[in-house]
Amino acid sequence: MAAASQRRSRGLIALTTGFVMLWVVIASFPFLWTLWGSFKVQGDFFSKADWMNALWGTFTRAETGGAFTGAGYEGAWIEQEFWRAVLNTAIVVFFTVVISLTLGTLGGFALARSGYRYAFWLLMIALVFRAMPHITLVSGYLLPFFEWNLWGHLPTTIIVLVAINQPFTLWMLHSFFLNIPKDLDESAMVDGCTRFQAFWHVIIPVMWPGVITTGLFSFLLAYNDFAVTAMLLSQENQTMVPKIASFLGTTQVEGNVMFAVAAVVSAMVPLFFLIMFFQRQIVSGLTAGAVKG
Amino acid sequence: MNMWKTTVLGSAMAILSGTTAMAGCGIEGGSVRILSNDFPALHAVAAGAEACAGDGVEVSKNQTADHRDIQVAALTANPAQYTVAVVANSSIVPLMNDGLIRPLDDLVAEHGGQLLPTQLITIDGKVMAVAFMANAQHLFYRSDILEQVGADVPSTYEEVIAVAQAIRDAGIMENPYAMNTAAGWNLAEEFVNMYMGTGASFFEAGSAAVSINNESGVAALNMLKALNEYADPDFLTFDSNATQALWEGGELAMATMWGSRGGAILDDEGSTAEVVGSTVLSAAPTFGGGDVPASTLWWDGFTIAANISDEDAEASFIAMMNGISTEMVQANNDKAVWLIDGYQPGPASAGVAATAQAGAKPYPMLPYMGILHTVLGNELADFLQGNESAEQALADIEAAYTAAAKEQGFL
Amino acid sequence: MPHRTFLWFIFPSLLAMILFIALPIGSVIVQSLYIEHEQVVKTVENCGPFGCEEETTVDAEATAAIREAEPLGRFNGIGTYLNRSHLAVEEVRQAWAESESLGAFFGRLMNLPFYKALAFTLTYTFVVTPLVLVAGLFIALAVNSIPSRLKGPTIFVSLLPMIVTPLIGSLILFWMIDARGIIGASLQNLMDDPSLSLKASPTLTWLTLIAYGVWHSAPFSFIVFYAGLQTVPEETLEAAMIDGASRWERVRYVVIPYMAPLVVFITLMQLMDNFRVFEPIVGFSAAANATSLSYIIYNDLRGDYQQFGSAAATSVLTILGVAVLLTPVLIRTWRDFNRKRA
Repeated sequence: MAAASQRRSRGLIALTTGFVMLWVVIASFPFLWTLWGSFKVQGDFFSKADWMNALWGTFTRAETGGAFTGAGYEGAWIEQEFWRAVLNTAIVVFFTVVISLTLGTLGGFALARSGYRYAFWLLMIALVFRAMPHITLVSGYLLPFFEWNLWGHLPTTIIVLVAINQPFTLWMLHSFFLNIPKDLDESAMVDGCTRFQAFWHVIIPVMWPGVITTGLFSFLLAYNDFAVTAMLLSQENQTMVPKIASFLGTTQVEGNVMFAVAAVVSAMVPLFFLIMFFQRQIVSGLTAGAVKG
Repeated sequence: MNMWKTTVLGSAMAILSGTTAMAGCGIEGGSVRILSNDFPALHAVAAGAEACAGDGVEVSKNQTADHRDIQVAALTANPAQYTVAVVANSSIVPLMNDGLIRPLDDLVAEHGGQLLPTQLITIDGKVMAVAFMANAQHLFYRSDILEQVGADVPSTYEEVIAVAQAIRDAGIMENPYAMNTAAGWNLAEEFVNMYMGTGASFFEAGSAAVSINNESGVAALNMLKALNEYADPDFLTFDSNATQALWEGGELAMATMWGSRGGAILDDEGSTAEVVGSTVLSAAPTFGGGDVPASTLWWDGFTIAANISDEDAEASFIAMMNGISTEMVQANNDKAVWLIDGYQPGPASAGVAATAQAGAKPYPMLPYMGILHTVLGNELADFLQGNESAEQALADIEAAYTAAAKEQGFL
Repeated sequence: MPHRTFLWFIFPSLLAMILFIALPIGSVIVQSLYIEHEQVVKTVENCGPFGCEEETTVDAEATAAIREAEPLGRFNGIGTYLNRSHLAVEEVRQAWAESESLGAFFGRLMNLPFYKALAFTLTYTFVVTPLVLVAGLFIALAVNSIPSRLKGPTIFVSLLPMIVTPLIGSLILFWMIDARGIIGASLQNLMDDPSLSLKASPTLTWLTLIAYGVWHSAPFSFIVFYAGLQTVPEETLEAAMIDGASRWERVRYVVIPYMAPLVVFITLMQLMDNFRVFEPIVGFSAAANATSLSYIIYNDLRGDYQQFGSAAATSVLTILGVAVLLTPVLIRTWRDFNRKRA
């Protein structure tokens, strides 16, 4: 990237550096504040008297003796067994991503190669499907799921998340496949492969960048989903986000808000490693074309 | 290491007590599946019921804040997903509307010897639920600040306003008062409380037609507005977490809050000794010359599903009896205002008890009250922001309620 | 691709969507056309810990019998769509007839829940979407120019607003913008106005929600644009420079046109997601000043009494709204599609 076209004046460098720094602060400050506050007690972090309490730890000192406390983490992980929710989330996220991508690559490939008008309309209808507010969908599921004894199990939730995310997955993967030259699989078919064999031997090896990017968005959907998981999972199968919500308390009763804060910080750690690990692929994946049209 | 010991020891104890309790439970067999809200008092009740598990009896639970959203669908299924639904006087209504819970008279006669007569919720002469705890919103005040301005404990909302003005004039606090006025359910509940204080009824007798568009409605609205002149300008975002934080931060001299928050406010966390030491819980005030406190009383109780076998119903009832036993109350005395025999009232329950004694009415158990509550929550904010008159607000509420009630087949 | 092969490839995906999205949407549409049966109520005496009251209750047996006969309820056609809680046709007509000025008419329109929600939803959608595009583009251009060693951590930090669970993200921000919170108090100092509160006035609440929306969605457009920037051909940029184009001109005339397809993609997704704005309203307790269509649906479905019919009608109206919003984008895609076929 050090080509001539990228050379620039000192003023511009200062400007862009300043802008990046400003953005980094805006993007990360609430999170850093949360990270810091997760080691305080509720009286400090959620103080109505003075936000400075969160810096000095007035109540943390008074209640625990030290300026920092791990009480939130201890409460969430040991007392409330947050690790169970982590485990459930891992299962839900893993299968949602794998199944979404499997179905999505097959469907997306078909849509990209079809060329008939109905492929377009299918894509459009799928897009309009995506507009349905999730909460309405979920309320509709409840009664049949209870009747057929499907409610509360992890597989049900996984399938629902896969289905809800399918329009987005199809749309993204279909545009990736449009960017893979048709000749590639058609020449394989000339050599005597069936359509599926061509897909298997020729397309799969070159499709990873697109799949990884789409996978990131599927991952985030499953990881952050609240509407579906809160309503469709029983207590022992609860995932992280509804578990965190259950720490917040209700109108009548005070919750353990600091457990929630500690749990949120914990929930961010795997994401950090994930992004660090995949960042090159994510960017090159999008480059490969998603989104080009 | 220590942690491990306590955990292992704790579970060993639980197993032990589980076996002994099972012998005491005397269930022959069946499945107990509990759906309830998610807070410590209900955890204690569920733990008591779980102690009956073993030997052919299965006990499972789902304690979630979303219980109201799934209960109707869960109990409509046949067999129902849950055998026990823990409800309050508002959330029992949808279950009643659809006939999803069974009468408990026989079970009470056979296994309910420990129950006080006041615990039985009878509807049309049949016991439909067994209540075990109570709650209400009432006044919290700071005795030290009231002393500074030389005021007595206010017993009417007019006096609350006078005291608030005195505190403001004395320069102690600019906004000494707050109530749970977050737009939505909370705000609607404040209006319901205030309107109850007028003694007027929400609906025309024997009909679902709403009747709040009258002088009582205007008086209740104006009182809400007058009170919130002394609240922080953010008051339309105040839920219980916000009012409690304000109180613990020493920013309030008087507040109307839930009795169930009293325990958390009076404990030694999150606040200073000065605030906690001078916090007193008292009855909800009356207003407009009425003699009924402007508050509603709430109970929490359990119901048994209709779409389950009689064996499961009996097992569930006995397990719940074990859950709400006197021993449980003695071990968890301060977690709630229990209605169960053996409860020792403490300072945190003083407000609820005083409000009940002063003759406050329970929250109406009407089939269409939930619709009105939702509508109130949507329509009241405009009035409190000063965008429209009380009459206009009440007319809006009436129109919105009528449209919704027609959809639901009540009009 | 032959129809048969196409079907085999798309079948699993299609099946999932039909079962879990198309069928529910179908049933939602049917449901929105029906209203509940007339409820049979009776007056009874209810007793509890706080004494006895004369109250009405639904006669469950009688109601069950009526329901048995017609499980869907009473057919109401599009009546539900037209009533006060939705399009409020009658009320709008009345307001039009009685209002003297356009301002008065809009004032009365904003008193109706659907139009009030629509006003915020549309404002939010049309303010946030372009801002997200612009913010994302600038962040991408800036991040693209920093030393490559710093890029990894910067990308992670830039994604933070998108990946923090919105439920908790907005809860923590809600406390930070409180008049006594760190951001709220700093703003008061900055503006030198001790009574400034972001939560009290409608205007400031709208601005707060919009700022949150941009903050939350900018990473999405950033990452897409950043990836796009990697593919801008170096030769074109160099050619432009030789022609004497300034840096800004190069961005304006080379980079931006090259990324037009990305703009379409982001716009499509953002229009849809912003039109369904919901979580920040709950997270910021903003319902007094701002409601959205999704919030109305949530409000109907949550709580003690669930109004499915009403929620169904609002949901269908939301879908129609999204379809209208997307039409220009769809037409464009249709043209592209036909061009590709040709």
